[in-house]
Amino acid sequence: MSALSPTAPRSPARGPLTWLRRLGGGALLKVCVLLLALFVLVALLAPWLAPQDPTFGDFASTLAGPSAGHWLGTDKGGHDTFSALIEGTRTSLVGPLAVVVFCTVLGIAVGLFSAWRGGWIDTVLGRVLDILFAFPALLLAILAVALFGKGLTAPVLAMAVAYTPYTARLVRGLAAQEKVRPYVAAYQVQGHSAVFVALRRLLPTIMPTVLAQSTVNFGYALLDLAALSFLGLGVQPPTPDWGAMINQGQAAVLDGQPLSAIVPAVAVVLVVVAFNVVGEHLGDRLAGRES
Amino acid sequence: MTSVRAAARSALCRLLGMAVTLLVTSFLVFSSLYLAPGDPAAFLVRGRSPSPDELAAIRQQYGFNDPFPVRYWHWLDGVLHGDFGRSYLFHQSVASVLWSRLPATLLLVGVSTLMIAVVGVGAGIVGALRRGTRTGSAVLLMVTVGAAVPSFVAAIVLRSVLGVKLGWFPTIGNGTGFVDQLHHVVLPAIALSVTFMALVTRVTRSAMLDELRREHVEVALSRGMPRGAVIRRHVLRNALGPIVTVCGLLVSGMLVSTAIVETAFGMSGVGSLLVQCVDELDFQVVQAIVLLVVAAFVVVNTAVDLVYPLIDPRVRAAGGAR
Amino acid sequence: MPLLSYEDLSVLLPGMARPVLDGVSLSVAAGEAVALVGESGSGKSVTARAALGLLPPGATTAGQVTVDGCALIGADPATVRAVRTGKASMIFQDPRAAINPVRRIGDFLTEALRLVDGRGRAEAEARALDLLAAVGLPDPPRHLRQYPHQLSGGMLQRVMIAGALTADPRLLLCDEPTTALDVTTQAEIMAVLRALQQDRGLGLLLITHDLDLAAAGCDRIYVMYAGRIVETATAAELLATPRHPYTAGLLGSSPPLHGAPERLTPIPGVPMGLLESAPGCAFAARCRFARPGLCDQSPPELAPVGERLVACHLADSILSEVDR
Repeated sequence: MSALSPTAPRSPARGPLTWLRRLGGGALLKVCVLLLALFVLVALLAPWLAPQDPTFGDFASTLAGPSAGHWLGTDKGGHDTFSALIEGTRTSLVGPLAVVVFCTVLGIAVGLFSAWRGGWIDTVLGRVLDILFAFPALLLAILAVALFGKGLTAPVLAMAVAYTPYTARLVRGLAAQEKVRPYVAAYQVQGHSAVFVALRRLLPTIMPTVLAQSTVNFGYALLDLAALSFLGLGVQPPTPDWGAMINQGQAAVLDGQPLSAIVPAVAVVLVVVAFNVVGEHLGDRLAGRES
Repeated sequence: MTSVRAAARSALCRLLGMAVTLLVTSFLVFSSLYLAPGDPAAFLVRGRSPSPDELAAIRQQYGFNDPFPVRYWHWLDGVLHGDFGRSYLFHQSVASVLWSRLPATLLLVGVSTLMIAVVGVGAGIVGALRRGTRTGSAVLLMVTVGAAVPSFVAAIVLRSVLGVKLGWFPTIGNGTGFVDQLHHVVLPAIALSVTFMALVTRVTRSAMLDELRREHVEVALSRGMPRGAVIRRHVLRNALGPIVTVCGLLVSGMLVSTAIVETAFGMSGVGSLLVQCVDELDFQVVQAIVLLVVAAFVVVNTAVDLVYPLIDPRVRAAGGAR
Repeated sequence: MPLLSYEDLSVLLPGMARPVLDGVSLSVAAGEAVALVGESGSGKSVTARAALGLLPPGATTAGQVTVDGCALIGADPATVRAVRTGKASMIFQDPRAAINPVRRIGDFLTEALRLVDGRGRAEAEARALDLLAAVGLPDPPRHLRQYPHQLSGGMLQRVMIAGALTADPRLLLCDEPTTALDVTTQAEIMAVLRALQQDRGLGLLLITHDLDLAAAGCDRIYVMYAGRIVETATAAELLATPRHPYTAGLLGSSPPLHGAPERLTPIPGVPMGLLESAPGCAFAARCRFARPGLCDQSPPELAPVGERLVACHLADSILSEVDR
């Protein structure tokens, strides 16, 4: 590249540990980052970590309290809550991950296209996104279940569509700002194609902000999918899943045995808090308003 | 006066826009049926043996032999006259099933809305005015945790602590008679409100903080206005815009969450009806509820747009374009 | 006793290298118009706000500000409010920012009367109409119903002035009242201010960066640099023969209103920030007369030179040079 080539502002190179240090922020943020790392690790290693088979119902000990055999007790079917929690991490994180990947890709495509073409295309796409905003993710997921049956695939796709407007709006706004900056024109003058400039030069500059939004989306997607499983419309037993575990455990709440419902509930809340804290911190930092 | 005429014109534009949006969303909801695998008529009656009357009613309502736009038009015509088809689960019209479930859900949503408005906005105000103190940090912590506590988790905690352990509130069902119903709806309403309260608190707090920094606030104080009056007339008043906007956006989320809360508390309402009908393959009811939730969102947000010029007169000057 | 007096007022902000205000003494008599001139960041706005008991958060202070017999530093809230509601009012630089955009002009003019004095709406509105007419707005009853965005900047500044007069103050503090306006409107606003001040016998403290504007509208002028008063004299004297090199620099850097435009000579360098400090004269680094070993050693005191006060080590010796 010649010395005269304009360079888009880039984020500095980073290793995993310097990244954590550079993240700044308080103890809360560091705890949240470590918590997320822990959950990801658990999800990856779940089959080796779970002490028992969570699908095995030990009818000799149902709704038991914590003991040496069952660290977090058992549910009304005699399943080991601790093992179900560990195995459930996988399904509980994969669903939202799929939603976020789909909606990020889709949102970037729609947002970039809209900002790049401008004019009536931009206006029409804007109206379409407005209309999509009227469909909350959970409602669209429920509709998908009504149409295609219970499970994870249809709701995940439906939620990806429902989350797309948020990412698309953000990308469109950022891209419209970036598009008028000199480096974009400079690349085009040098004969680079619009697709190349948009994807290889413009996109990397706005990507950090988009990822911050996706991080926050992850938390919400996890909530929505857990809610779906809680309603008995998402992941079906015996596949372990936090939402489904809460659903299974809630009947026992009335018997004064809320543990098997509380444990997965705490996991959901922890992960969502962690994602929100990390996502918002990233967003704040990128917007330059660190407090 | 010209400004009145301009305001009327902009309101008319918004109402037209609302009509178009409702038309498009209703079309989407209608055509979702054709996404289902297989023959749509068979899809609607799967798992049942419908009487010939019911089959004829389906063909009548959906007009499966007509061209697609004609089908949509007939369906829409029915919907506009309150005819959402028949429920095969309850063997009555969808409208009458919905109608019988609606009061319980409206009570739940109403009580929740009141809680969100009073507690959410109140905590936001306190959080902004007490920023940097213990109270201020407590509000921030409440917002962070509250926003992450889904209604089904709140439901479990509330039922097991306030319901089972302390026995203050009933843990299941709707109750009979107004007072008893109100007693039954307290815990569900709290469970439904928690997340949205946190959001409203956060928006209120940041809007208040933005407005507290404005120069006209300092000017009002420099004129010897009492601090309370300045907060009320210049800070809170100016922060209303974002607060009302976010409340409008919360409507759809709240309506959908009634499904979770009503299911968790074993209440009979539109939300639990939705879940039941998805579970038991009564698509006509599902479709009607989805349509109503989306329509409610569109209508409420149009209403917010319409009152916005009263909240911020500058919008009026900009020709209603926001 | 003067209407407004600052006695050796110092204001220090946490984390700053030098005080925002450093031993400021200044007075305005009843019916007198006085200007405080300086570049942005010199501390002139902080000075004016101190007269209403408005200090930056976290500030520590020394010295005293007295308005009409009320000492403001360390005063209880009741005294501060007494000053704000009946003794002194302030006109701010940007009326668009200083008037709540979502409330009507009438509300801005009457709120203090209704909420502080407890007067009825009709009475308050009648007074607001009188004041709007007094500041020269064409259609007071209509303006009362309008919102700020429906008025031009100049009209809005007149509203601001009317608002400052509702409480019948004896002292008017004007913080760059014309800076946000275009040139023709500036002259009108100054004329309105001057007329009101003379009609009502108000004390007036005009804060501005424009020495010519100050000289045209005021009897006496204080020149401020880096939180200190560096020169004070009557307007005519100061304009004719500036004694402090900084005053001379200010004059040299603004175009003359009358006569042929000469070459403008800007003051070199930039004003000293709050994070910098100097052991000697704060202006020494930008001063073409500064003598090493003298000006950078100790800060000069404000001392009499003829009829006026000047804070410069070389006040006597450079007189002749500045004169040319």
